[in-house]
Amino acid sequence: MSSLQTPLHQVQGLGAAHSGTGHFWRQRITALALVPLGLWFAFAVLGLIDTNEVAILSFLSHWWNALLMAAFATIMFYHMSLGLQVVTDDYVHGAGMRIFLLLLIRFAWIAGTSTCLFALIRIAAST
Amino acid sequence: MADTPQKPGHERPLSPHLSIYRWQVTMLASITHRATGVALAFGTLVLAWWLVSISNGPEGYERFMSVATTPLGVLVLFGFAWSLAFHLLNGIRHLAWDLGYGFNKVTATQTGSLVYVLSLVLAIGAFAFVWTGHAGYLQ
Repeated sequence: MSSLQTPLHQVQGLGAAHSGTGHFWRQRITALALVPLGLWFAFAVLGLIDTNEVAILSFLSHWWNALLMAAFATIMFYHMSLGLQVVTDDYVHGAGMRIFLLLLIRFAWIAGTSTCLFALIRIAAST
Repeated sequence: MADTPQKPGHERPLSPHLSIYRWQVTMLASITHRATGVALAFGTLVLAWWLVSISNGPEGYERFMSVATTPLGVLVLFGFAWSLAFHLLNGIRHLAWDLGYGFNKVTATQTGSLVYVLSLVLAIGAFAFVWTGHAGYLQ
């Protein structure tokens, strides 16, 4: 026998952790996307501070601004869940607490993303 | 494993722990990267609240602004701004490492210090920009 892995596992290229390097890659790719999106967000916030609601609504009424804000929120919440998972994996060793926190992180990820997207849809519908 | 009884006088060696390391810039930057990441996770609540308040009409947005402009609100926003600046700049440093650049001991220490200085300059600069009336250019 040349390998202890089943043919299926050889093809998948995954070890005992089952998930391979997927998590690592997603964290890096979302980080890369958040560099320009984060800079755009800073540009937008500084440009909208000291204005009023009308200015913010007219800014978000441009489809590209609404799209960039939706992309920023979506990718940032995903990146947040990946990062918080690593912190939990590193420091929380009790099985019960770990599962509780990992579930909480995933719920927070979905809740945060859907709240922001819903708010953006409401804003788009009102303008 | 940690509960295994040990013979007196034959204690097993302990692996080096955080408390006995000499503090270094690279180590501090790594810890700060995590800390700012966790802080920004709470900062996402501010983003969600901001967008929801805008979607709630002028009164909702005014309520957000009345909380955000209290001294505590400004302090939280400054922490948010600095955390974002640090995490973004240090994140670029991490991405460079992933590509194999900047791993040299001297370079890693220099870029670490640079990230601290630049993130503070950006955060303080952003607040100075607002307080001197230069913000709001998207009106």
